Amino acid sequence: MTLLITSMEQGLIFAVLAIGVYITYKLLNIADLSVEGTFPFGAFVFAKFISMGINPIISTFLAFLFGTLAGLLTSTLFTKLKIKPLLSGILTMTILYSVNLRINGKSNIPLFRYGSVYDLGLTLLILGIIVLAIKILMDVFLKTEIGYLLIATGDNEALVKSLGENSNKYKVMGLMISNGLVALSGALMAQYQGFADITMGSSIIVVALASIIIGDTIKKNSNILKGTTRAIIGAIIYKIIGGVAIDLGLNPNDLKAINAIIVIAFISYNNFAMDIFSLFRKKEGKESVENSKPIKEF
Amino acid sequence: MLKIVNLSKSFNKNSDNEINLFNNFNLKIEKNKCTAIIGPNGCGKSTLLNIIGGSIPLDRGEIILNNQDISQLKEEQRAIYIGRVYQDPSMGVSPSLTILENLALADKKGERFSLKKLIRKNNIDKYIDLLKGLDLGLENKLNTQVKFLSGGQRQALSLVMAAMKHPDLLLLDEHTAALDPKTSKLIMKKTMELIEKYSITTIMISHNMRDAIEYSDRIIMLDNGRVVFDKPSVDVTEEELINIYREKLAQIVA
Repeated sequence: MTLLITSMEQGLIFAVLAIGVYITYKLLNIADLSVEGTFPFGAFVFAKFISMGINPIISTFLAFLFGTLAGLLTSTLFTKLKIKPLLSGILTMTILYSVNLRINGKSNIPLFRYGSVYDLGLTLLILGIIVLAIKILMDVFLKTEIGYLLIATGDNEALVKSLGENSNKYKVMGLMISNGLVALSGALMAQYQGFADITMGSSIIVVALASIIIGDTIKKNSNILKGTTRAIIGAIIYKIIGGVAIDLGLNPNDLKAINAIIVIAFISYNNFAMDIFSLFRKKEGKESVENSKPIKEF
Repeated sequence: MLKIVNLSKSFNKNSDNEINLFNNFNLKIEKNKCTAIIGPNGCGKSTLLNIIGGSIPLDRGEIILNNQDISQLKEEQRAIYIGRVYQDPSMGVSPSLTILENLALADKKGERFSLKKLIRKNNIDKYIDLLKGLDLGLENKLNTQVKFLSGGQRQALSLVMAAMKHPDLLLLDEHTAALDPKTSKLIMKKTMELIEKYSITTIMISHNMRDAIEYSDRIIMLDNGRVVFDKPSVDVTEEELINIYREKLAQIVA
């Protein structure tokens, strides 16, 4: 039971990360590796402000704001300086590594003696509220005119230009929101584990991708589940699988390799097979593909 | 009216492969007429369209659309006056969005995009009317993602989206070339209906001589960035065009 609860709690923290990466990876079609730096960046920014005596809620929010700046940097590199998005992300990640060490002058900051957002009540409940609030805000945003332009930018930039809009504006916006959420997730993680550490971002992108991809596999062809919901469910399932594996005796040192294998397995599964549940419930699987059927020939 | 004045454009500058495609090129396109541009591959017709649309910058010259020089405007700024339909049916639509969402986006073209909800119920009837005009049954699939539509259906939607805000100029870049003959004919017919209904000045690139003669008011043939043929379509026969093409091809082979 404890295992399930801790897995859920961590899953919810990673859900924030996964929603952030969902914006770049799924909506904008950009592999933004800077999140490896932004995640600990959020943790260190939080550590800095909380140690200055600032309220934990405000410190957490500031971590989000500083995270958006990391997104601004990456997006400026590729929209203004025309550096490839992948490299832009790696460059930001590299810069953030030094920045993170500079913020507090140390690579590990214990946070036990400071307050945290979890002091407000039940951890699971607080995280649930935060994740739900982010999900609702994102879903509402993606239904606005600007939100749709962000989706269209990832889908077909030429269309956005033909609407009289500068598509780069929406890439910058997407990367800023995404990195803000990743930093927020980092701040939540730091408070949860009681310390901020320079290594906490390493291969975090794989965790985020694993969550998104697992989420995608659930009722693959259905439009009922929103992308944000998939990211959240994916992150929780991912954490539960990981928690159970360690509980069953998996060496934590092997975890990263296992993460990568999960991503490989799910991506290849998605590429080669159909909806995982339709194997068992054929009828429902068919229902969701309905969209593609009635194409009128002329 | 569109006027192209002293346009110059070269590619691969300062290299051995430098190509001077346009050299003081001039062209006038009459208002509310459909002008077809034909010519062999590499003659500059697509480049010309891209220069007008703003996706390729020009070296020198002016592009004057309704008495305004648009040559210094960015592609997205020009898009407010210019509608485009591309050869690839996916270029004019957002595949992961639904028909309704695509139309609602196109309906906001040139306006300020805000944090208001995109889909407004009172506009839906307008979209349904537009789709009904296409006779493809798309009005019953408002909530279908565009990626599930056939190429012809997507192209029809692109067309409606490009024309729905009544642009000053419509650029059709071989927009039926990727479709089967029957669909191509249908899309051509719908194109002409829309152009006539909204009185849009149109430039159409085509490799299909018969289409060019049948649907346009004027035919221009380009070769190496120069106008080598320019006549009202009613005075042109398919044979005449084919003969000129043959001559040009023979020159290239020789």
